[in-house]
Formats: sequence, structure tokens, C-alpha cells
Amino acid sequence: MEALKEKLENPVELLSSALLSGDVEVVDLTHTLDPDFPVIVLPPEFGQCARFRMEEISAYDHRGPAWKWNTFTCSEHTGTHFDAPIHWISGRDLPNNTVDSIPPEHFVGPVVVIDCSEGSAQDDDFELTPEIIAAWEAEHGRIPAESWVFMRTDWSKRHGAAYLNMRDDGPHSPGPTPEAVRFLIEKRNIRGFGTETVGTDAGQGAHYTPPYPAHFYLHGAGKYGLQCMCNLDQLPATGAMILCAPLKIKNGTGSPLRVLALVPKGGR
Amino acid sequence: MVIPLQKPPRKNPQVRTRVPTLPSHHRSRSALFMAAAAAEGRFMLQVCAEPECLAVQYPARDACSSCLSDRLIWQDVSSRGKLIATSTVRTSTNIYFRERTPWRLGTVHLEIGPSVMCHLHSEVTVGDEVQLINRLDKSGQSVLLALPMEKAPLQEDDMQLRELTCDPKFRRILITDARNPNAYALAKSLLEAGASAVFIGEAESWRPYPDRSKLESLQGVELVSLDVTDTSSVQELAGEFGGKVDILINNARFVRPGGIQGRGDVGFAMDEMQVNYFGMMRLAQAFAPAMAGRSADGVNSAVAWVNVLSAYSLVSNPGFGSFSASSAAAHSLSQCLRAEMASSGVRVVNVYCGPTEDEGHQPLPPPKVPASTLARELVKALQAGLEDVYVGDIAKDIRRKFMESPKVLEKEMTSLEAL
Ligand SMILES: [Zn+2]
Repeated sequence: MEALKEKLENPVELLSSALLSGDVEVVDLTHTLDPDFPVIVLPPEFGQCARFRMEEISAYDHRGPAWKWNTFTCSEHTGTHFDAPIHWISGRDLPNNTVDSIPPEHFVGPVVVIDCSEGSAQDDDFELTPEIIAAWEAEHGRIPAESWVFMRTDWSKRHGAAYLNMRDDGPHSPGPTPEAVRFLIEKRNIRGFGTETVGTDAGQGAHYTPPYPAHFYLHGAGKYGLQCMCNLDQLPATGAMILCAPLKIKNGTGSPLRVLALVPKGGR
Repeated sequence: MVIPLQKPPRKNPQVRTRVPTLPSHHRSRSALFMAAAAAEGRFMLQVCAEPECLAVQYPARDACSSCLSDRLIWQDVSSRGKLIATSTVRTSTNIYFRERTPWRLGTVHLEIGPSVMCHLHSEVTVGDEVQLINRLDKSGQSVLLALPMEKAPLQEDDMQLRELTCDPKFRRILITDARNPNAYALAKSLLEAGASAVFIGEAESWRPYPDRSKLESLQGVELVSLDVTDTSSVQELAGEFGGKVDILINNARFVRPGGIQGRGDVGFAMDEMQVNYFGMMRLAQAFAPAMAGRSADGVNSAVAWVNVLSAYSLVSNPGFGSFSASSAAAHSLSQCLRAEMASSGVRVVNVYCGPTEDEGHQPLPPPKVPASTLARELVKALQAGLEDVYVGDIAKDIRRKFMESPKVLEKEMTSLEAL
């Protein structure tokens, strides 16, 4: 009896049982690492984001009779990926600002989802503003400290050229205003900010003051970024948690990773 | 009379593709000088350098046929002469000729002295004034062919001539990089030259580029997904289209200014190698075997692999030093590909191009090669059956100096004065 009681009080045991029973579901928020998946595009004179590439080493053949394996290459910022504070100049001198030095408990935590999909369907340059956050809180309650905030836009459902949505004046995709980012950091002390677009900033984010406000403020405050995610439409506004451990790259500024969400049954 | 070439019908799937065979390929080393001249379409013979002799030699030899001097200099000479005898081969122990009989041969008395054995265009007959051309045959050796003095109608359709050329007429072309600003001019020139289809590889369709709509508007052009830095993409396209590529034109190129120390990292150098060197290797591994197997496949046989190279593959331009190094690697790989394709008869054509008129070379002073010039010269080279082509004044200048002395050229390019 004592042993059973202990088991029922052990929160990890409870979570394990809930996962086994299906009371907690796992949602994959990750795109497949695909050579043809869009990456951020910079002017040609700048260094570029390395695409995902794969070269076969052997495939049960003369190069290795019983095994198949590949060498892959990519940027730290290719595909669904994590941004560490050192990624931006504003975070370059912070302690524990690299993927290998971030405390591992920061990779597991609660997430809230602000649904901007309707607005983003109307306006490619849709902005997440403090007003939208206030309206969200009026409905769902205050954003808890140390939680992840995801901006849902359904942008992950776009394919090909529609994803970057590149025009002569640059890419057009939704993102947060400088004020919204500052609010989330200064008034709510969030842990990180995540998006479905190619970056945490809007496509036209270069034209804000400061340029790329999500990168500038988040990383300057030691917060993290997640981008190129999918399936955010399967998350509840509140009540889910994510696991988002990047690869432990020495002095790494980010890393492709698998982002998984734990969602209470029926919460999708 | 030239028998007009007919557009080939669709391939009969029950008929086995003819296995490539080659004309005989035993020649002396001195005959390789003829082959080297043929690579550029030049008519060169040895001329005795003794002032009182000056005899023109044929065939190539080590000592003058007239005065036994060993001072024999290869020189561009007149190729005009008179066809004094002809014969027709109706059977041969060589399988290549056996498959192509009747094959006409002749003897031409050159106005500069020697009489030579040569192949004949169907428009020339005994007694005609003719001009000889020196070209590479399917085994990569020099052969001479007599052409009429005046270009005949449909001259290029002649079977014996077409065996020496890589004419795009009725052939299907793959251009590997739609994003290169020269893609449109290349496609247009090839279509005007009678190509039956031009496939153009397009990388990263999720990223727009200026010429896309222009390319799509060309009748006969089909954009296909291809990224030479992505092995899976190259293999997929080769799987689908490999058997339909008669001429492959590799125009994929990554170029940025800079040498070693100014850059401070290997980022762009890796991109340069990925596109310019590994790109060619991926293409060759995927497409070359199918092309090699189709080099005797009738009117639209696989015939040429064209690498658009930089003239700085021959000598470093320190301002583009890293790009030059990747071009040198590509050039060396192209020579390897030539060796590997030799047994098939598919010609590997190197187009050495000077700085081109595009954003990669924007700060450089003229002369720069416009895309239309590159396209025109490339198509002319295919029609003429050349193996090495130098496009633009800078490339021609580099060629001349390279042939003269690679070391002096290096000094000129890399000395303090040059910088
Ligand atoms: Zn002599």
C-alpha cells in the first residue's frame, strides 16, 4: 500500500502513466530536415545560412557491407531550430549564452500560444502587438513567468516561395513589434519566444527600431528563440509544456532540434 | 548532296540502344600536337625551321622529310587544297566504320605542299578546290575532313561531318543552373541552333530570381528541379531525365571576390568548392554513365558535356583567388572526366571564359563577357566540334600567355606590380 501511495505521489511516475494511457499526448512541432526547406536569405556579400545536405557514406555495399549511414551538414540555424543568446550581438557577453552552457532545465517548460492565424491570413506583415497580448490575457489569464510564448500564424502550412514570401523589398511574414517583445520580457519575464516563420522576427523586421527586435531584445535579456516550427495549431492556448533541447555544440549559437509538446488529452 | 537530317522519332523501347564503338586510336605522340590543334579547331602542321628549307610536313614526324633537320615547328598553315582522289569504304574490320559505311575517303593535295589522306564531306568530288578542317574524332584523335570552299546548304547535316561535331540540332540539352544570368542567352541560342528541347535546372524554387519568367516564356524550355550542391536532387533528376540528355551544359557557378587573408574564413571557399567542384562531380557521377551509354544512339545521340569554366582556372587571379582555386579544381576534374568519357566518345568541352557581365564581377573594369557572347561562342564551338574554347579578350589573352609560358603568366598575375 505504501509503495502504491508513493508511486501515485511521484509526479514523474504520474506523467509517465499519463503518457502511457494517452491522457497526455505528444505533438511534434518539428519540420523534417529537408535539403529543399527554405532558410533565411541574406544579401550575397554576407555569409549565408548553410542548407541541410546529406552525403551517403555507405549503404550495405562495398563502402560498408552491413550498414548504411550518411554525413549531414547544415547551419546551426537550419530547419526547426533553437536560438541561444549568443546568436545576437546584444547577448554576446551574457553568462551561459551558448547552447552547451544553458542550464538544461530551461529546455523543458510551459508554453502559451497566442493565435494570430486569422490576422496572418489577411495580412502577410501581421504584427503581434501589446494590445493583442492584453486581449489574449483577458481571455486566458496572465502569461506565467518563465514560460515559452509561441506566436501561431499557420505560416508552416505555406510551401515553396510562399513561405519566405520574398519580394524586391525583402521577405514578408508576420512577427512581433518591438513593444510586444519588450512587454513579454520586461513585464512577463518569459523564457523564450517561438514562431512558425523562418525567424522569430517579422519578414520586414529589419525596418523596426531596433532592427530585428525579437532577436535584439530576447537575446539581450538572455531569452531564447524557436523558429520554423509547425503544428502550433495542435496546441492549446495554455496548459501544454515543451521539450526543446538543442544539440550540445561547444560555444554553439543555436541548433536544429526536435521540439516536442506535451498536451493534455483533448487539449489539442 | 547532303541528305537532310530528319528529326528523330521517339525511341522504340524494344530496340536495344546501340553500344558505342570508336574509330582506331593508335597515334604517335607527335600526332598529339595535331589533336591539340584540333581541340581548338586549328589547322596546324609541322614546318621545318631551317631557313633554306621551310618544308611543310605531313604526317607528323621527328625529322624533316626534306633536310632531316629536327627543328620542326607546329604552325597554323593554309588548309586549302585540291581533291585529287577519292575512295569509298564499303566494309571495314573496324566496327566503328563498319557500322557507318559507306564512308568516303580522299587525298587532298595541299597548296602548301604535302598531300594528305582525309575524310570527305558529301558535297566534294574529285577535282574540287577544298578546305580541310582538323577535328577530333570519337576517339579524341585528330582527323582531317575536306569541306567545299563555299558552305553548302545543310552542310552541317552531312553524316561524316556530324560525327566530328556536337551540333545541337535535334538534340536535347540540360543547362544546370537557371539562376546563372547566362541561362537565358544559352537557352535561346541553343533553341535557335535547332535544339529540340532545353531543360534548365532550377535550385531553390522557394527563392525568386529575375529571369524566371523570361526563361518560362521560351518555347522549348522546361524548368526542372536541380541543385548541384544537393546530391539527392542531382540523382533524382538523373534518374528521371538522364536518358534524355544529349548535351549537358554545366553553367552552375558560385563566385565571390577575395583570396585568402581578406576573407578570414573558409565559408565562401566552401560554397565555391560545393558548386564549382563538387557540383561538377555530382553531375558527372549521376549523368555521365547514361550519356556514355547513349553516344551512338542515332541522330540525337549523347554527344557533349560542356563545362563553363573561368579562364582563371589556368592561373590565379588573386583578387578572386579562392574562386580561381575552385576553378582550377574544376578544370582538373574536367580533365579527369575527359579521360573517363574517352571510351564512350562523348566529348568533354571546356569553355574558358573571362570575367562575365554579372553582379559577381560588377566592380571589375571592362572588357567583360556579355552572356550573349558566351552563348554564341559556346554554340559555335558545339557546331564546329571543338573541345577547348576561349571566350572574351581576357580569356584569349590568358590562353596565349599560358601556351607561351605558364610561369611568366603566373609572374605577371601575382607580382607586386600586378597587384
Ligand atoms: Zn627541312
